[in-house]
Amino acid sequence: MAYSDKVIDHYTNPRNVGTLDKSNAKVGTGLVGAPECGDVMRLQIQVDDNNMITDAKFKTFGCGSAIASSSLATEWLKGKSIDDAMKIDNMDIVEELSLPPVKIHCSVLAEDAIKAAINDYRVKNGMAPIEAAKTHH
Amino acid sequence: MNLPIYLDNNATTPMDPRVLEAMIPYFTQKFGNAASRNHPFGWIAEEAVDYAREQVAKLIGASEKEIIFTSGATEADNLAIKGVFEMYKDKGNHIITAVTEHKAVLDTCKHLEKLGARVTYLPVKEDGLIDLAELEATMTPETILVSIMYGNNEIGVIQPVKEIAAIAHKHGALFMTDATQAVGKIPVDVNADGIDLLACSAHKIYGPKGVGALYVRRKGPRVKVTAQMDGGGHERGMRSGTLNVPGIVGFGKACELCMQEMESEAKRLSALRDKLQTSLLELEESYVNGNQEHRLPHVANISFKYVEGEGLMMAMKDLAVSSGSACTSASLEPSYVLKSLGLSDDLAHSSIRYGLGRFTTEEEVDYAIDITKKAVNHLRELSPLWEMFKEGLDLSKIEWAEH
Repeated sequence: MAYSDKVIDHYTNPRNVGTLDKSNAKVGTGLVGAPECGDVMRLQIQVDDNNMITDAKFKTFGCGSAIASSSLATEWLKGKSIDDAMKIDNMDIVEELSLPPVKIHCSVLAEDAIKAAINDYRVKNGMAPIEAAKTHH
Repeated sequence: MNLPIYLDNNATTPMDPRVLEAMIPYFTQKFGNAASRNHPFGWIAEEAVDYAREQVAKLIGASEKEIIFTSGATEADNLAIKGVFEMYKDKGNHIITAVTEHKAVLDTCKHLEKLGARVTYLPVKEDGLIDLAELEATMTPETILVSIMYGNNEIGVIQPVKEIAAIAHKHGALFMTDATQAVGKIPVDVNADGIDLLACSAHKIYGPKGVGALYVRRKGPRVKVTAQMDGGGHERGMRSGTLNVPGIVGFGKACELCMQEMESEAKRLSALRDKLQTSLLELEESYVNGNQEHRLPHVANISFKYVEGEGLMMAMKDLAVSSGSACTSASLEPSYVLKSLGLSDDLAHSSIRYGLGRFTTEEEVDYAIDITKKAVNHLRELSPLWEMFKEGLDLSKIEWAEH
Protein backbone atom coordinates (compact mmCIF):
# COMPACT_ATOMS: atom_id res chain seq x y z
CA MET A 1 0.00 0.00 0.00
CA ALA A 2 1.39 3.39 -0.89
CA TYR A 3 1.20 6.09 1.75
CA SER A 4 0.37 9.73 1.04
CA ASP A 5 3.18 12.27 1.41
CA LYS A 6 1.47 13.75 4.46
CA VAL A 7 1.31 10.40 6.23
CA ILE A 8 4.98 9.83 5.48
CA ASP A 9 5.83 13.32 6.69
CA HIS A 10 4.00 12.89 10.02
CA TYR A 11 5.35 9.39 10.39
CA THR A 12 8.95 10.38 9.68
CA ASN A 13 8.81 13.59 11.73
CA PRO A 14 6.09 13.02 14.28
CA ARG A 15 5.03 16.24 16.02
CA ASN A 16 4.55 16.52 19.77
CA VAL A 17 5.66 13.09 20.86
CA GLY A 18 5.79 12.84 24.61
CA THR A 19 4.13 12.62 27.95
CA LEU A 20 2.38 15.19 30.15
CA ASP A 21 1.86 14.64 33.86
CA LYS A 22 -1.47 12.88 33.97
CA SER A 23 -1.90 13.62 37.68
CA ASN A 24 -1.95 17.36 36.93
CA ALA A 25 -5.52 18.68 37.11
CA LYS A 26 -4.93 20.79 34.01
CA VAL A 27 -3.96 17.77 31.93
CA GLY A 28 -6.51 15.62 30.15
CA THR A 29 -5.49 12.13 29.02
CA GLY A 30 -7.21 9.92 26.47
CA LEU A 31 -6.05 6.31 26.03
CA VAL A 32 -7.95 4.45 23.33
CA GLY A 33 -7.61 1.27 21.31
CA ALA A 34 -6.25 -2.08 22.41
CA PRO A 35 -2.97 -3.93 21.86
CA GLU A 36 -4.94 -6.90 20.48
CA CYS A 37 -6.34 -4.69 17.75
CA GLY A 38 -2.91 -3.48 16.74
CA ASP A 39 -3.34 0.12 17.74
CA VAL A 40 -3.30 2.09 20.98
CA MET A 41 -3.25 5.89 21.10
CA ARG A 42 -2.54 8.07 24.07
CA LEU A 43 -3.33 11.72 23.56
CA GLN A 44 -2.80 14.36 26.23
CA ILE A 45 -3.79 18.01 26.43
CA GLN A 46 -2.60 20.78 28.70
CA VAL A 47 -5.43 23.28 29.26
CA ASP A 48 -5.22 26.83 30.68
CA ASP A 49 -7.70 28.67 32.91
CA ASN A 50 -9.71 29.83 29.88
CA ASN A 51 -10.22 26.23 28.71
CA MET A 52 -7.75 26.80 25.87
CA ILE A 53 -5.44 23.95 24.90
CA THR A 54 -1.88 25.21 25.25
CA ASP A 55 -0.03 21.97 24.62
CA ALA A 56 -0.74 18.49 23.28
CA LYS A 57 1.34 15.32 23.30
CA PHE A 58 0.87 11.84 21.96
CA LYS A 59 2.29 8.36 21.94
CA THR A 60 0.91 5.72 19.58
CA PHE A 61 1.39 2.00 19.07
CA GLY A 62 0.18 1.28 15.59
CA CYS A 63 0.73 1.48 11.88
CA GLY A 64 2.01 4.53 10.01
CA SER A 65 -1.48 5.92 9.49
CA ALA A 66 -2.30 5.64 13.20
CA ILE A 67 0.90 7.46 14.13
CA ALA A 68 0.27 10.14 11.50
CA SER A 69 -3.37 10.60 12.61
CA SER A 70 -2.39 11.19 16.21
CA SER A 71 0.52 13.44 15.27
CA LEU A 72 -1.84 15.55 13.15
CA ALA A 73 -4.42 15.62 15.97
CA THR A 74 -1.90 17.15 18.39
CA GLU A 75 -1.11 19.89 15.85
CA TRP A 76 -4.78 20.71 15.44
CA LEU A 77 -5.49 20.68 19.17
CA LYS A 78 -2.94 23.28 20.15
CA GLY A 79 -4.50 26.74 20.40
CA LYS A 80 -8.08 25.48 20.26
CA SER A 81 -10.64 25.80 23.06
CA ILE A 82 -11.80 22.48 24.43
CA ASP A 83 -15.23 23.16 22.91
CA ASP A 84 -13.79 23.70 19.43
CA ALA A 85 -11.52 20.68 19.82
CA MET A 86 -14.58 18.55 20.51
CA LYS A 87 -15.74 19.38 16.99
CA ILE A 88 -12.78 17.75 15.25
CA ASP A 89 -14.20 15.03 13.06
CA ASN A 90 -12.40 11.90 11.97
CA MET A 91 -13.26 12.65 8.34
CA ASP A 92 -11.22 15.88 8.58
CA ILE A 93 -8.22 13.70 9.41
CA VAL A 94 -9.03 11.27 6.60
CA GLU A 95 -9.14 14.16 4.16
CA GLU A 96 -6.01 15.91 5.39
CA LEU A 97 -3.93 12.70 5.30
CA SER A 98 -5.65 11.15 2.25
CA LEU A 99 -6.21 7.93 4.20
CA PRO A 100 -7.49 4.99 2.16
CA PRO A 101 -10.74 3.28 3.31
CA VAL A 102 -8.86 0.47 5.08
CA LYS A 103 -7.16 3.09 7.30
CA ILE A 104 -10.24 5.11 8.28
CA HIS A 105 -10.30 3.34 11.64
CA CYS A 106 -7.01 5.13 12.47
CA SER A 107 -8.76 8.50 12.15
CA VAL A 108 -11.71 7.24 14.20
CA LEU A 109 -9.30 6.24 16.90
CA ALA A 110 -7.70 9.71 16.83
CA GLU A 111 -11.11 11.37 17.18
CA ASP A 112 -11.95 9.04 20.07
CA ALA A 113 -8.62 9.91 21.72
CA ILE A 114 -9.32 13.65 21.41
CA LYS A 115 -12.77 13.27 22.97
CA ALA A 116 -11.46 10.99 25.71
CA ALA A 117 -8.73 13.50 26.61
CA ILE A 118 -11.17 16.41 26.73
CA ASN A 119 -13.65 14.46 28.84
CA ASP A 120 -10.89 13.40 31.21
CA TYR A 121 -10.03 17.07 31.65
CA ARG A 122 -13.70 18.04 32.06
CA VAL A 123 -14.35 15.45 34.73
CA LYS A 124 -11.18 16.40 36.60
CA ASN A 125 -12.36 20.00 36.63
CA GLY A 126 -15.93 19.42 37.72
CA MET A 127 -17.59 19.50 34.31
CA ALA A 128 -19.85 16.80 32.95
CA PRO A 129 -18.34 14.63 30.22
CA ILE A 130 -19.76 15.17 26.77
CA GLU A 131 -21.28 12.11 25.19
CA ALA A 132 -19.92 11.36 21.76
CA ALA A 133 -22.47 12.49 19.19
CA LYS A 134 -21.92 9.39 17.10
CA THR A 135 -20.74 5.93 17.80
CA HIS A 136 -18.20 4.24 15.65
CA HIS A 137 -18.14 0.79 17.05
CA MET B 1 25.20 -2.77 -1.56
CA ASN B 2 21.98 -1.79 -3.32
CA LEU B 3 18.94 -0.55 -1.42
CA PRO B 4 16.29 -1.62 -0.68
CA ILE B 5 17.43 -5.00 0.62
CA TYR B 6 15.26 -8.01 -0.20
CA LEU B 7 14.67 -10.28 2.79
CA ASP B 8 11.28 -11.63 1.76
CA ASN B 9 12.46 -14.81 0.02
CA ASN B 10 9.54 -16.83 1.41
CA ALA B 11 7.21 -14.72 -0.71
CA THR B 12 9.23 -15.18 -3.86
CA THR B 13 12.86 -15.34 -4.96
CA PRO B 14 14.70 -13.52 -7.70
CA MET B 15 15.39 -15.77 -10.66
CA ASP B 16 18.93 -17.07 -10.88
CA PRO B 17 20.60 -15.72 -14.04
CA ARG B 18 21.64 -19.29 -14.90
CA VAL B 19 17.97 -20.25 -14.94
CA LEU B 20 17.10 -17.37 -17.22
CA GLU B 21 19.89 -18.34 -19.58
CA ALA B 22 18.53 -21.87 -19.84
CA MET B 23 15.02 -20.60 -20.57
CA ILE B 24 15.69 -18.01 -23.25
CA PRO B 25 15.97 -20.28 -26.33
CA TYR B 26 12.59 -21.80 -25.52
CA PHE B 27 10.80 -18.51 -26.08
CA THR B 28 12.10 -17.91 -29.58
CA GLN B 29 13.99 -20.57 -31.59
CA LYS B 30 12.76 -23.60 -29.64
CA PHE B 31 9.16 -22.49 -29.31
CA GLY B 32 7.44 -25.77 -30.20
CA ASN B 33 4.48 -27.34 -28.48
CA ALA B 34 5.69 -30.32 -26.49
CA ALA B 35 2.56 -32.18 -27.57
CA SER B 36 3.34 -31.82 -31.30
CA ARG B 37 4.46 -35.31 -32.19
CA ASN B 38 5.03 -34.92 -35.90
CA HIS B 39 7.85 -32.44 -36.37
CA PRO B 40 11.17 -31.47 -34.84
CA PHE B 41 9.77 -28.32 -33.19
CA GLY B 42 7.57 -30.49 -31.02
CA TRP B 43 10.30 -33.07 -30.43
CA ILE B 44 12.78 -30.45 -29.24
CA ALA B 45 10.22 -29.02 -26.81
CA GLU B 46 9.27 -32.47 -25.58
CA GLU B 47 12.90 -33.39 -25.06
CA ALA B 48 13.43 -30.23 -23.00
CA VAL B 49 10.37 -31.00 -20.88
CA ASP B 50 11.52 -34.58 -20.32
CA TYR B 51 14.92 -33.37 -19.20
CA ALA B 52 13.35 -30.85 -16.82
CA ARG B 53 11.07 -33.54 -15.46
CA GLU B 54 14.15 -35.59 -14.57
CA GLN B 55 15.78 -32.57 -12.91
CA VAL B 56 12.69 -31.91 -10.78
CA ALA B 57 12.23 -35.60 -9.93
CA LYS B 58 15.86 -35.97 -8.89
CA LEU B 59 15.65 -33.14 -6.38
CA ILE B 60 12.87 -34.93 -4.47
CA GLY B 61 14.06 -38.50 -5.03
CA ALA B 62 11.18 -39.34 -7.39
CA SER B 63 10.94 -40.93 -10.81
CA GLU B 64 10.34 -38.53 -13.71
CA LYS B 65 7.06 -40.31 -14.50
CA GLU B 66 5.69 -39.13 -11.18
CA ILE B 67 5.97 -35.41 -11.92
CA ILE B 68 2.90 -33.49 -13.13
CA PHE B 69 3.68 -29.93 -14.17
CA THR B 70 1.20 -27.28 -13.05
CA SER B 71 0.98 -23.50 -12.98
CA GLY B 72 2.35 -23.42 -9.44
CA ALA B 73 1.98 -24.86 -5.97
CA THR B 74 -1.54 -23.51 -5.49
CA GLU B 75 -2.75 -25.48 -8.49
CA ALA B 76 -0.79 -28.53 -7.35
CA ASP B 77 -2.41 -28.33 -3.89
CA ASN B 78 -5.85 -28.02 -5.48
CA LEU B 79 -5.24 -30.89 -7.87
CA ALA B 80 -3.92 -33.17 -5.14
CA ILE B 81 -6.64 -32.58 -2.57
CA LYS B 82 -9.64 -32.23 -4.87
CA GLY B 83 -8.29 -34.99 -7.11
CA VAL B 84 -7.88 -37.44 -4.21
CA PHE B 85 -11.28 -36.52 -2.79
CA GLU B 86 -12.95 -37.32 -6.10
CA MET B 87 -10.89 -40.41 -6.88
CA TYR B 88 -11.20 -42.03 -3.46
CA LYS B 89 -14.73 -41.04 -2.49
CA ASP B 90 -15.84 -44.66 -2.41
CA LYS B 91 -13.33 -45.26 0.36
CA GLY B 92 -14.20 -42.31 2.52
CA ASN B 93 -14.66 -38.56 2.81
CA HIS B 94 -12.40 -37.61 5.70
CA ILE B 95 -9.40 -35.34 5.19
CA ILE B 96 -6.98 -34.25 7.91
CA THR B 97 -4.91 -31.09 7.66
CA ALA B 98 -3.54 -28.48 10.08
CA VAL B 99 -4.53 -24.94 10.97
CA THR B 100 -1.15 -23.53 9.93
CA GLU B 101 -1.38 -24.71 6.32
CA HIS B 102 -1.22 -22.32 3.41
CA LYS B 103 -4.55 -20.94 2.18
CA ALA B 104 -4.16 -23.02 -0.99
CA VAL B 105 -4.70 -26.09 1.20
CA LEU B 106 -7.11 -24.63 3.78
CA ASP B 107 -9.44 -23.02 1.27
CA THR B 108 -9.41 -26.11 -0.93
CA CYS B 109 -10.49 -28.15 2.09
CA LYS B 110 -13.18 -25.61 2.93
CA HIS B 111 -14.44 -25.90 -0.63
CA LEU B 112 -14.59 -29.69 -0.34
CA GLU B 113 -16.54 -29.42 2.91
CA LYS B 114 -19.33 -27.88 0.86
CA LEU B 115 -19.16 -30.94 -1.40
CA GLY B 116 -19.51 -33.43 1.42
CA ALA B 117 -16.00 -33.81 2.78
CA ARG B 118 -15.39 -34.01 6.50
CA VAL B 119 -12.23 -32.10 7.32
CA THR B 120 -10.24 -32.08 10.55
CA TYR B 121 -8.04 -29.04 11.05
CA LEU B 122 -5.43 -30.15 13.57
CA PRO B 123 -4.24 -27.48 15.99
CA VAL B 124 -0.50 -26.99 16.50
CA LYS B 125 1.55 -26.81 19.65
CA GLU B 126 3.16 -23.58 20.83
CA ASP B 127 6.19 -24.27 18.67
CA GLY B 128 4.11 -24.76 15.52
CA LEU B 129 4.46 -28.56 15.32
CA ILE B 130 1.43 -30.81 15.20
CA ASP B 131 0.88 -33.38 17.93
CA LEU B 132 1.40 -36.84 16.43
CA ALA B 133 -0.73 -38.56 19.07
CA GLU B 134 -3.54 -36.19 18.23
CA LEU B 135 -3.15 -36.97 14.54
CA GLU B 136 -3.31 -40.66 15.23
CA ALA B 137 -6.39 -40.24 17.41
CA THR B 138 -8.11 -38.36 14.61
CA MET B 139 -7.59 -41.07 11.98
CA THR B 140 -10.70 -43.05 11.05
CA PRO B 141 -11.43 -45.79 8.49
CA GLU B 142 -12.97 -43.01 6.34
CA THR B 143 -9.77 -40.96 6.34
CA ILE B 144 -8.53 -40.83 2.76
CA LEU B 145 -5.93 -38.09 2.99
CA VAL B 146 -3.59 -36.44 5.48
CA SER B 147 -2.25 -33.15 4.12
CA ILE B 148 0.42 -31.53 6.27
CA MET B 149 2.93 -29.01 4.96
CA TYR B 150 6.65 -29.72 5.01
CA GLY B 151 7.97 -26.31 6.06
CA ASN B 152 5.80 -23.40 7.11
CA ASN B 153 5.91 -20.23 5.03
CA GLU B 154 5.56 -17.82 7.95
CA ILE B 155 7.65 -19.34 10.71
CA GLY B 156 9.72 -21.90 8.80
CA VAL B 157 8.82 -24.76 11.15
CA ILE B 158 9.46 -28.22 9.66
CA GLN B 159 6.84 -30.83 10.50
CA PRO B 160 7.86 -34.44 11.29
CA VAL B 161 6.83 -35.55 7.82
CA LYS B 162 8.18 -39.08 8.03
CA GLU B 163 6.28 -39.84 11.23
CA ILE B 164 3.12 -38.23 9.87
CA ALA B 165 3.34 -40.35 6.71
CA ALA B 166 3.75 -43.51 8.79
CA ILE B 167 0.63 -42.72 10.80
CA ALA B 168 -1.38 -41.96 7.67
CA HIS B 169 -0.28 -45.20 6.00
CA LYS B 170 -0.92 -47.28 9.09
CA HIS B 171 -4.55 -46.24 8.84
CA GLY B 172 -4.79 -46.69 5.10
CA ALA B 173 -4.75 -43.01 4.15
CA LEU B 174 -2.59 -41.21 1.63
CA PHE B 175 -0.09 -38.60 2.74
CA MET B 176 0.22 -35.34 0.85
CA THR B 177 2.57 -32.49 1.67
CA ASP B 178 2.76 -28.91 0.47
CA ALA B 179 6.55 -28.68 0.27
CA THR B 180 6.70 -25.31 -1.46
CA GLN B 181 9.01 -23.79 1.16
CA ALA B 182 11.08 -26.90 1.80
CA VAL B 183 11.98 -28.29 -1.63
CA GLY B 184 15.34 -26.95 -2.73
CA LYS B 185 16.10 -25.62 0.75
CA ILE B 186 16.46 -28.85 2.72
CA PRO B 187 16.74 -32.49 1.60
CA VAL B 188 13.32 -33.83 0.64
CA ASP B 189 12.99 -37.47 -0.44
CA VAL B 190 9.56 -38.79 -1.30
CA ASN B 191 10.58 -42.40 -0.64
CA ALA B 192 12.52 -41.89 2.55
CA ASP B 193 9.79 -39.56 3.83
CA GLY B 194 6.88 -41.73 2.70
CA ILE B 195 5.21 -39.00 0.67
CA ASP B 196 2.39 -39.94 -1.73
CA LEU B 197 1.69 -36.48 -3.14
CA LEU B 198 3.87 -33.37 -2.97
CA ALA B 199 3.30 -29.84 -4.21
CA CYS B 200 6.13 -27.46 -5.05
CA SER B 201 6.81 -24.32 -7.00
CA ALA B 202 9.63 -22.90 -9.16
CA HIS B 203 9.55 -19.28 -8.05
CA LYS B 204 10.46 -20.10 -4.45
CA ILE B 205 13.68 -21.72 -5.61
CA TYR B 206 15.09 -19.05 -7.94
CA GLY B 207 13.05 -20.25 -10.91
CA PRO B 208 10.29 -18.49 -12.86
CA LYS B 209 6.80 -17.68 -11.61
CA GLY B 210 3.83 -19.53 -13.06
CA VAL B 211 5.20 -23.05 -12.93
CA GLY B 212 5.10 -25.74 -10.28
CA ALA B 213 4.65 -29.45 -9.94
CA LEU B 214 2.66 -32.13 -8.24
CA TYR B 215 4.46 -35.35 -7.43
CA VAL B 216 2.06 -38.31 -7.63
CA ARG B 217 3.38 -41.67 -6.39
CA ARG B 218 3.24 -44.44 -8.97
CA LYS B 219 4.40 -47.42 -6.93
CA GLY B 220 3.53 -48.64 -3.45
CA PRO B 221 0.78 -47.49 -3.67
CA ARG B 222 -0.10 -46.29 -7.15
CA VAL B 223 -1.87 -43.02 -6.46
CA LYS B 224 -4.41 -41.50 -8.80
CA VAL B 225 -6.02 -38.09 -8.81
CA THR B 226 -9.03 -36.99 -10.81
CA ALA B 227 -8.10 -34.22 -13.25
CA GLN B 228 -9.44 -30.81 -12.32
CA MET B 229 -8.91 -29.34 -15.78
CA ASP B 230 -10.38 -31.00 -18.84
CA GLY B 231 -8.78 -30.83 -22.24
CA GLY B 232 -6.07 -32.49 -24.25
CA GLY B 233 -5.12 -35.05 -21.63
CA HIS B 234 -1.61 -33.76 -21.03
CA GLU B 235 0.47 -34.92 -18.08
CA ARG B 236 -0.85 -38.47 -18.11
CA GLY B 237 -4.37 -37.15 -18.20
CA MET B 238 -4.05 -35.45 -14.83
CA ARG B 239 -3.49 -31.89 -16.00
CA SER B 240 -4.56 -30.76 -19.44
CA GLY B 241 -3.16 -27.63 -21.02
CA THR B 242 -0.23 -26.89 -23.31
CA LEU B 243 2.94 -27.16 -21.31
CA ASN B 244 4.73 -23.98 -20.31
CA VAL B 245 7.96 -25.15 -21.92
CA PRO B 246 10.26 -22.21 -21.05
CA GLY B 247 8.88 -22.17 -17.50
CA ILE B 248 9.37 -25.90 -17.12
CA VAL B 249 12.92 -25.68 -18.48
CA GLY B 250 13.62 -22.94 -15.93
CA PHE B 251 12.06 -24.99 -13.15
CA GLY B 252 14.27 -27.95 -14.08
CA LYS B 253 17.40 -25.82 -14.11
CA ALA B 254 16.42 -24.25 -10.77
CA CYS B 255 16.07 -27.75 -9.27
CA GLU B 256 19.43 -28.82 -10.66
CA LEU B 257 21.11 -25.78 -9.09
CA CYS B 258 19.45 -26.47 -5.73
CA MET B 259 20.60 -30.07 -5.94
CA GLN B 260 24.20 -28.88 -6.39
CA GLU B 261 24.21 -25.98 -3.98
CA MET B 262 21.57 -26.74 -1.35
CA GLU B 263 23.88 -28.25 1.22
CA SER B 264 26.47 -25.48 1.29
CA GLU B 265 23.76 -22.85 0.86
CA ALA B 266 21.80 -24.13 3.84
CA LYS B 267 24.93 -23.87 5.99
CA ARG B 268 25.69 -20.35 4.80
CA LEU B 269 22.11 -19.16 5.25
CA SER B 270 21.56 -20.69 8.66
CA ALA B 271 24.77 -19.01 9.86
CA LEU B 272 23.55 -15.66 8.53
CA ARG B 273 20.07 -16.23 9.92
CA ASP B 274 21.49 -17.12 13.33
CA LYS B 275 23.58 -13.96 13.30
CA LEU B 276 20.52 -11.90 12.44
CA GLN B 277 18.42 -13.59 15.10
CA THR B 278 21.03 -13.42 17.86
CA SER B 279 21.62 -9.74 17.20
CA LEU B 280 17.92 -8.87 17.09
CA LEU B 281 17.23 -10.77 20.30
CA GLU B 282 19.59 -8.33 22.01
CA LEU B 283 16.62 -5.98 21.82
CA GLU B 284 14.60 -6.20 25.00
CA GLU B 285 11.24 -7.98 24.74
CA SER B 286 11.86 -9.64 21.41
CA TYR B 287 10.84 -13.23 20.80
CA VAL B 288 11.36 -15.87 18.11
CA ASN B 289 8.13 -17.43 16.85
CA GLY B 290 8.04 -21.17 16.21
CA ASN B 291 10.31 -24.10 16.86
CA GLN B 292 13.95 -23.16 16.38
CA GLU B 293 15.35 -26.66 16.13
CA HIS B 294 13.07 -27.93 13.38
CA ARG B 295 13.20 -24.90 11.15
CA LEU B 296 14.09 -24.00 7.59
CA PRO B 297 17.63 -22.59 7.47
CA HIS B 298 16.77 -19.23 5.94
CA VAL B 299 13.80 -18.05 8.03
CA ALA B 300 13.43 -16.14 11.29
CA ASN B 301 10.11 -14.82 12.51
CA ILE B 302 10.56 -12.39 15.39
CA SER B 303 8.10 -10.36 17.44
CA PHE B 304 9.21 -7.03 18.85
CA LYS B 305 6.80 -6.41 21.67
CA TYR B 306 5.14 -2.98 22.00
CA VAL B 307 5.86 -2.12 18.36
CA GLU B 308 3.31 -2.69 15.61
CA GLY B 309 4.52 -4.61 12.58
CA GLU B 310 3.30 -2.41 9.78
CA GLY B 311 4.54 0.71 11.50
CA LEU B 312 7.87 -1.05 11.91
CA MET B 313 8.08 -1.99 8.24
CA MET B 314 7.35 1.60 7.33
CA ALA B 315 10.27 2.68 9.50
CA MET B 316 12.47 0.15 7.68
CA LYS B 317 11.72 1.33 4.19
CA ASP B 318 15.06 0.09 2.86
CA LEU B 319 14.25 -3.41 4.01
CA ALA B 320 11.73 -5.64 2.23
CA VAL B 321 10.30 -8.04 4.82
CA SER B 322 6.80 -9.08 5.80
CA SER B 323 4.72 -8.93 8.94
CA GLY B 324 1.95 -10.92 10.58
CA SER B 325 0.38 -7.63 11.55
CA ALA B 326 -3.27 -7.18 10.73
CA CYS B 327 -2.58 -3.87 9.12
CA THR B 328 -0.78 -5.57 6.26
CA SER B 329 -3.88 -7.51 5.31
CA ALA B 330 -7.24 -6.34 4.08
CA SER B 331 -9.01 -8.31 6.80
CA LEU B 332 -7.41 -6.42 9.74
CA GLU B 333 -6.91 -9.81 11.40
CA PRO B 334 -3.38 -10.68 12.46
CA SER B 335 -1.70 -13.77 11.03
CA TYR B 336 -3.71 -16.95 11.63
CA VAL B 337 -0.47 -18.93 11.72
CA LEU B 338 0.94 -16.91 14.60
CA LYS B 339 -2.39 -16.92 16.42
CA SER B 340 -2.55 -20.69 16.14
CA LEU B 341 0.73 -20.91 18.09
CA GLY B 342 -1.21 -19.39 20.93
CA LEU B 343 0.53 -16.06 20.45
CA SER B 344 -1.47 -13.19 21.85
CA ASP B 345 -2.81 -10.82 19.22
CA ASP B 346 -0.46 -8.05 20.27
CA LEU B 347 2.59 -10.24 19.69
CA ALA B 348 1.19 -11.36 16.35
CA HIS B 349 0.77 -7.70 15.42
CA SER B 350 4.41 -7.13 16.35
CA SER B 351 5.98 -9.82 14.19
CA ILE B 352 8.43 -9.52 11.32
CA ARG B 353 9.41 -12.39 9.02
CA TYR B 354 12.94 -12.32 7.69
CA GLY B 355 13.46 -14.65 4.72
CA LEU B 356 17.04 -14.89 3.52
CA GLY B 357 18.00 -16.21 0.11
CA ARG B 358 20.71 -17.23 -2.31
CA PHE B 359 21.65 -13.65 -3.08
CA THR B 360 21.61 -12.38 0.51
CA THR B 361 25.04 -11.16 1.64
CA GLU B 362 26.47 -10.75 5.11
CA GLU B 363 26.70 -7.01 4.49
CA GLU B 364 22.95 -6.95 3.86
CA VAL B 365 22.26 -8.91 7.02
CA ASP B 366 24.40 -6.48 9.03
CA TYR B 367 22.48 -3.61 7.54
CA ALA B 368 19.16 -5.32 8.33
CA ILE B 369 20.23 -5.77 11.95
CA ASP B 370 21.20 -2.13 12.24
CA ILE B 371 18.07 -0.76 10.55
CA THR B 372 15.74 -3.02 12.58
CA LYS B 373 17.30 -2.06 15.89
CA LYS B 374 17.07 1.64 15.10
CA ALA B 375 13.46 1.34 13.94
CA VAL B 376 12.35 -0.70 16.96
CA ASN B 377 14.00 1.74 19.36
CA HIS B 378 12.51 4.71 17.53
CA LEU B 379 8.99 3.30 17.55
CA ARG B 380 9.23 2.28 21.17
CA GLU B 381 9.94 5.92 21.97
CA LEU B 382 6.57 6.64 20.33
CA SER B 383 4.78 3.71 21.95
CA PRO B 384 2.52 4.28 24.94
CA LEU B 385 2.68 0.55 25.63
CA TRP B 386 6.46 0.61 25.90
CA GLU B 387 6.23 3.53 28.34
CA MET B 388 3.68 1.65 30.45
CA PHE B 389 5.83 -1.47 30.37
CA LYS B 390 8.84 0.55 31.48
CA GLU B 391 6.78 2.00 34.34
CA GLY B 392 6.12 -1.53 35.45
CA LEU B 393 2.42 -1.61 34.57
CA ASP B 394 0.88 -4.98 33.76
CA LEU B 395 -0.72 -4.35 30.39
CA SER B 396 -2.88 -7.43 30.63
CA LYS B 397 -4.61 -5.89 33.66
CA ILE B 398 -5.65 -2.75 31.83
CA GLU B 399 -9.19 -2.57 30.54
CA TRP B 400 -8.75 -1.67 26.92
CA ALA B 401 -11.49 -0.08 24.90
CA GLU B 402 -11.52 -2.67 22.13
CA HIS B 403 -12.77 -1.32 18.88
